[in-house]
Amino acid sequence: MSITSQTEVAARKESPKRPFDVERVRADFPGLHQDIKGKPLVYLDNAASAQKPRQVLDAMMRLYSHDYANIHRGVHELSERATKAYENARLKALRFLNAASEREIIFVRGTTEGINLVAQTYGRVNVGEGDEVLITHMEHHSNIVPWQMLCGEKKAHLKVAPIDDRGDIDMDAFRKLLGPRTKIVSLAHVSNALGTINPVRTVVELAHERGVPVLVDGAQAAPHLPIDVAALGCDFYTISGHKMFGPTGVGVLYGKEALLEKMPPYQGGGDMIASVTFEKTTYNRLPFRFEAGTPNIAGVVGLGAAMDYLTEIGLDAISAYEEELLDYGTEQLRSIPGLRIVGEARHKASVLSFVLDGVHPHDIGTILDQEGIAVRTGHHCAQPVMDRFGVPATARASLALYNTREEIDRLISGLYTVREVFGLK
Amino acid sequence: MNDSLRELYQEVILDHSKNPRNFRVPEGASRQAKGYNPLCGDRITLFVDVEGGVVRNIGFQGAGCAISTASASMMTEAMKGKTEAEVEKLFTAFHGLVTGRTGLVDEESLGQLGKLAVFAGVRDYPVRVKCATLAWHTLKAALAQQEEAVSTE
Repeated sequence: MSITSQTEVAARKESPKRPFDVERVRADFPGLHQDIKGKPLVYLDNAASAQKPRQVLDAMMRLYSHDYANIHRGVHELSERATKAYENARLKALRFLNAASEREIIFVRGTTEGINLVAQTYGRVNVGEGDEVLITHMEHHSNIVPWQMLCGEKKAHLKVAPIDDRGDIDMDAFRKLLGPRTKIVSLAHVSNALGTINPVRTVVELAHERGVPVLVDGAQAAPHLPIDVAALGCDFYTISGHKMFGPTGVGVLYGKEALLEKMPPYQGGGDMIASVTFEKTTYNRLPFRFEAGTPNIAGVVGLGAAMDYLTEIGLDAISAYEEELLDYGTEQLRSIPGLRIVGEARHKASVLSFVLDGVHPHDIGTILDQEGIAVRTGHHCAQPVMDRFGVPATARASLALYNTREEIDRLISGLYTVREVFGLK
Repeated sequence: MNDSLRELYQEVILDHSKNPRNFRVPEGASRQAKGYNPLCGDRITLFVDVEGGVVRNIGFQGAGCAISTASASMMTEAMKGKTEAEVEKLFTAFHGLVTGRTGLVDEESLGQLGKLAVFAGVRDYPVRVKCATLAWHTLKAALAQQEEAVSTE
């Protein structure tokens, strides 16, 4: 198999970065430039899924138009080109996450599959009766249910670290819950419902003191923050392409090689085997052992292009820009009478979740849509978070690198329309 | 505010959402059912007292958006004194009204909706149809003495 050399990928990192220019960024996203209900679209549903830059669309179009065949097996030119594009994306992911080796980069359908993979392989081998899995109260359903399924099967217990009124993990409680029976800790890097940036490095240090591995759900972090699995020290880290401006149906699971080596296969099929007879199958080496079947080739290539795109702009620059935007949005939202922000952690990214006295979030969503403003309303697949804050649902505006202050102003003005419709003075 | 919003959120709908009628557990309610819309978290419990095939008393509890609360409130007002057969006819007419498929409903039934005709604006908001019909599906479940909660999903 032919693979782009690591030095080639490394060289890309050193390219000088331009100052952050939001208008230039916006020009890359064709989906942003349209009218909804006769008004220019304001897209603030990025935590659900993000719009795609033409660089991603072009990369996928190029693959399908010129370089497409199945990967890893063909001896012909097109198969070699497709394999090269696919494996090159693996190196991009390695760089994006700062993994140690391409053997630690497994392509999956998304974060949900990444978590399920670990629960069903590492979990099934290492979690037994009476053992414990530790998560937090702010997890997305996809970081609750796979562990519940595992615990149900193994007669193990799911432990949940509480969060405080701001939306931060109660670290004292976390320390106490980390016990002799804890076999794995799994938590979000950034909460999708609250925007909290969790102290992952501290969590990892505490868990490792007890020899407990940590999985990090990075779905909401990847579009906003630089990720460095070596610095975090986590054992598993998983991300979704579609939330970071890449295509749907593709994501990455990073795992430390020493752990992955000992894990049984997840699914059986082509590409994950070295040899098969009816008596015995020898499994392939890492990372292919965890990639059964023809993968989402174009999706992986698109994801690689999305990683290039973010790296080119620079996640430090993106993070700084978004922080300023989030501060502005927070301040503006607080000026609206009867509005309460849900999630006021000390360190936050992207998410402005809120409720408005006298108006159900669903009605807010419908009225804002009439103003061309896309927000999410509901429980955001985090019902325990809603219960914790005593609300059935929230409205959520979630920001991305292409949003502007003017768009925040449109949101605020839309919320005054909501008040007007409901006759609130 | 545009016309479409004004039609959806009419005064009478806002009034019923803020001050829902029959928002209580009525005395002698012999049947009840729960309804749930997982999409937006709306929950309703509907209580109904049926005697000789006629709705004698009806009430509801729960929390939801303006459309679902107003729909539940106005539905309970409309149902008192109706026979189960009449309830069924109103259900069909209301469903036709909010989905915009009025062609499937006869003129007479639509006419019997009375004040409930204010929900016609919902037809422009397909994702809100479930909000408008949650209480209605729950009423049907209560009349059928269905144990399992109604879910819109």
